[in-house]
Amino acid sequence: MHIVIKLFGVPLSCPITNSMNIWFSCFLFIIVTPAHIVRLYDRFEALDKEKTGHLRPQDFGAINRLAMNPIGDRIIGAFFSPGQETVDFHSFVRILAHFRPADKKHPKDPSMPEPVNSRTSKLKFAFQLYDQDKDGKISRAELLQVLRSMLEMQVTEEQLESIADRTIQEADLDNDDAISFEEFRKSLEKVNIDHKMSIRFLR
Amino acid sequence: PLRRVLLILPFGTPLGGVYKERTKDAARLSEFNGKMLLVSWEWSYVQTPYIIAIWILVASVAKILFHFSQRFTTVVPESCMLILLGLVLGGIVLLTSKKQLYQLEPGLFFLFLLPTIVGDAGYFMPARLFFDNLGAILLYAVVGTLWNAFCTGFCLYGVKLLGIIDQKVQAGLMEFLLFGALISAVDPVAVLAVFEEVHVNETLFIIVFGESLLNDAVTVVLYKVYMSFVEVGPENVQTADYFKGVASFLIVSIGGTMVGLIFAALLAFITRFTKKVRIIEPLLVFLMVYLAYLTAELFSLSAILSMTFCGIGCNKYVEANISQKSRTTVKYTMKTLASIAETIIFIFLGISAVDKSKWAWDTGLISCTLIFIFVFRALGVVMQTWVLNWFRLVPLDKIDQVVMSYGGLRGAVAFALVVLLDAERVPAKDYFVATTIIVVFFTVMFQGLTIKPLVNWLKVPRATNRKPTINEEIHERAFDHCLTAVEDIAGLNGYHHWRDKWEQFDKNYLSKLLLRKSVYRKSELWEVYQKINIRDAISVIDQGGNVLTSARLSLPSMASRASFPEVTNVTNYLRENGSGVCLDLQVIDNVPGAKVEEESETHHFLAGNLYKPRRRYQSHYSRHFMTVGDHERQDREIFQRNMKSRMETHSNGCFLSLLQRRGSDVKEQDLNDKPRRNVSWQDKDPVVVTVESEDEKGEHLEPEKEEDVGITFVARKVPDTPKERPKSVPAGLEVCQSPSVAPPSPTCSERNLPWKGGIGTLPVCVSMEATKIIPIDLQQAWNQSISSLESLASPPGPVEPLHPRVSALSRLGGQRPVSYSGSGVSGSGFGSRGAGSIVAQGIARFEFPPGGEEKEEEEGALSDQEQELQPLVSSSVRPPAPSPPGPGSRAEEEPLCVPEEPGHSAPSWQ
Repeated sequence: MHIVIKLFGVPLSCPITNSMNIWFSCFLFIIVTPAHIVRLYDRFEALDKEKTGHLRPQDFGAINRLAMNPIGDRIIGAFFSPGQETVDFHSFVRILAHFRPADKKHPKDPSMPEPVNSRTSKLKFAFQLYDQDKDGKISRAELLQVLRSMLEMQVTEEQLESIADRTIQEADLDNDDAISFEEFRKSLEKVNIDHKMSIRFLR
Repeated sequence: PLRRVLLILPFGTPLGGVYKERTKDAARLSEFNGKMLLVSWEWSYVQTPYIIAIWILVASVAKILFHFSQRFTTVVPESCMLILLGLVLGGIVLLTSKKQLYQLEPGLFFLFLLPTIVGDAGYFMPARLFFDNLGAILLYAVVGTLWNAFCTGFCLYGVKLLGIIDQKVQAGLMEFLLFGALISAVDPVAVLAVFEEVHVNETLFIIVFGESLLNDAVTVVLYKVYMSFVEVGPENVQTADYFKGVASFLIVSIGGTMVGLIFAALLAFITRFTKKVRIIEPLLVFLMVYLAYLTAELFSLSAILSMTFCGIGCNKYVEANISQKSRTTVKYTMKTLASIAETIIFIFLGISAVDKSKWAWDTGLISCTLIFIFVFRALGVVMQTWVLNWFRLVPLDKIDQVVMSYGGLRGAVAFALVVLLDAERVPAKDYFVATTIIVVFFTVMFQGLTIKPLVNWLKVPRATNRKPTINEEIHERAFDHCLTAVEDIAGLNGYHHWRDKWEQFDKNYLSKLLLRKSVYRKSELWEVYQKINIRDAISVIDQGGNVLTSARLSLPSMASRASFPEVTNVTNYLRENGSGVCLDLQVIDNVPGAKVEEESETHHFLAGNLYKPRRRYQSHYSRHFMTVGDHERQDREIFQRNMKSRMETHSNGCFLSLLQRRGSDVKEQDLNDKPRRNVSWQDKDPVVVTVESEDEKGEHLEPEKEEDVGITFVARKVPDTPKERPKSVPAGLEVCQSPSVAPPSPTCSERNLPWKGGIGTLPVCVSMEATKIIPIDLQQAWNQSISSLESLASPPGPVEPLHPRVSALSRLGGQRPVSYSGSGVSGSGFGSRGAGSIVAQGIARFEFPPGGEEKEEEEGALSDQEQELQPLVSSSVRPPAPSPPGPGSRAEEEPLCVPEEPGHSAPSWQ
């Protein structure tokens, strides 16, 4: 099996051997240009104040502007897989890779697993920001929580609820009073996710 | 006199005839009355405004005529037709007067026509899209225009040296550079006129259009610099002058932008205080935006930049400050003015071309100019795009580049600038004017005509004229936050980082300063939400205004309210009709849940169309009943029956069969003889409060689930309302749970304990088994639903929140988790109107047993149900019985809640 990586715009074919450990191959998938890796690694080290090679939630919490982000906590949470207290560089990069713009020039190889920067993966990432209890559904309560954090204090609970209800009602196709991933995707069908959930520097 | 004739000519004989008649009359009168004239001819007095008005009339009529043929206008852009019309009119004028009297006067154009178009463009500029693409726009506007100007100028000069351009064209390098500068700028008027009909995707449009607006600074500066160079003569130009040119560019562009932003802030600030004088709000908007333009002109800054940024800058705050009516007025007036200005510009362009003095034709110059502007535009776009794509998140692909190159239309700005040239200093002016006219005509007519097929052929992604849904609004905001967070985590100060900083700044300072206090306190998302609701409501009213205006809309005070509660509430009416809208911002229309697998496709389709009320509304009678689930249909049929009988039209056949079916249900229930206490909440989530043994609960668990679709004839809409009520007020809970505590408000207590208020005065409905008392307490439910419709701001009285005990309770019984978890929020949250019914064990039940929580729960639910049922009962009684079992008698004879079939959780009103 070969993977094609683009190095400074030049496609390189690179065989994957068993000797290469899994995470390295993932790594190649994710970040194409070494400069990005280096940059992210610098950032990772800067965040990793205690030099353990792992980031803890409080390391993220130390980022000032993140504290002002209404859904900052959720995004920090997204970096930690369930049950894990820390995140290593590989996972760190892998999460960030969700925000890579999709590569239009190289159509997706059906034999390969879905890349983390595909539309579905991006949506999944966004979805899990809402779905905190990981039951595959955005319940009304979960949506309310997000709305409450995103809306200013002046909004009354009542207003929040009417927005939440309308949102659910609009997206809810099977009437379970919750938004499943499928419904979530449907409701955002017309939105250019690739555009809205990508950051250029990760290209 | 000449003018008079000219004025009349284009309109043919009728007007001319009138004119002759009137002069005759006047002559006769003067004969008869000596010096005293009863009717005098005051042409010179009204001449100027009259001519202007007539021209505008001509432009409007021309627009109307072009749009007679739909097929024609889809092929030929309006701008082409207008230019052709202008050519014809110009020809007539020329034939009659031997001299062209009208042309696009630069003064008129720059001071009146252009500002209306630019003002409209700036004010309604999609700000987010504009700033998202600002980098690209600026690059194309500045570098692209400079590139075009220099290349065209130098190459024309080179061609001149080669002798391809005739020697008669007396122009040196500076003249050609000047010509290149004015011919190279993409024209906002032409771009708007052509692209608006093409509907390319937003990104492409905003890049081309933004470029056409922002390149004004470059054009103005280049024009001024070259003019001065031409004046002093190229040999006297010193090196310092080039630097002056650069400095001038910075001043003109940045200065223009600043002037615009200052006026934007001023305008926003002023509109903060117009609460008492709403009527001048639109005027203020026009005035300040126009003043921004004039002020920039005053200081010879870039007026287009100024106006554009004034519009972009003030839009957010002004729109928030001014009233809805003012918003509409501003929108319509701006669009009207811009549209008419555009029409006049194109007509006058056509007329201006028919002028002997302008026919200084030089084939070499014209063909070379055409080729150069096209080639350099394409080259420039390709090169700049190549650079841009390194930095762009979404690269511009080849198709985009083709459209951008091809969409580089030149127009009236170039023409007005070339007309402004001083013929004494620029001897080749006539040639330049002729060339400009040809270039403008070629780009507007040929390229304008062919760009649509080209776009179709290239399959350029089109724009969708679609308003974002609330889901999209929310999620996109979440995405923005998400990207900002990721940029912060990755330690980048990228676009999102700065955008977020700006938003913080805007929120903390600008909005505080420029927004009304009342508006500032509102959240943006809430505003969006309200807008969506209002939009839906308006479109429904547009479609079915008669529904609302006719007698069917009755107010709570009307006599009919007791009998037809659901109908008389506007919101309920709309909602019941499946119009998918929500007039009442507090009421959320949950599509009643019916798990109809086989119809899920159509159901999804329906749900997907929920927010297209236009379509839905038109077809709701047929489509809705055809496609929705069994349960929902029944619900709607009942409603329809009520409606129909009210409207005194024929009764619904479906309903007949429904009633028959229900009749059989009742029999089954009787046979069953196992009255279960099922409360169904909104058809979809049965709330089962069983007072019998656990065994029985278990027994019924299965059917309960299967038969999710119980028949529930409830005033569904009324119970809906409480869903949105705040559940955060614990006091409500207290009241409900322990009635001994003094209720915080009479409404609350009455709602929760309906019998308290209603038992004395209101009729009581006793079921056949005499196990239930259903006080009819319409008043509260009514007032609430009506008041919620009217006042969004004032939250209704506290309602008990979902108490943990409820959920705990629901977990006890086998069936409850299903029901309570789904609907618990709603079912128990608003005591006032739960849906469904309970079969209570006895009257004793109503006496607040002090102990059992479970019982209290039931009571809460009971009261819900009771209120809910009232409307139903009564409404079902009134209509002339369309079905064998008279609904009236049923209501009294049959138990309110009878299990219909084993497994039917739904209560019924029989």
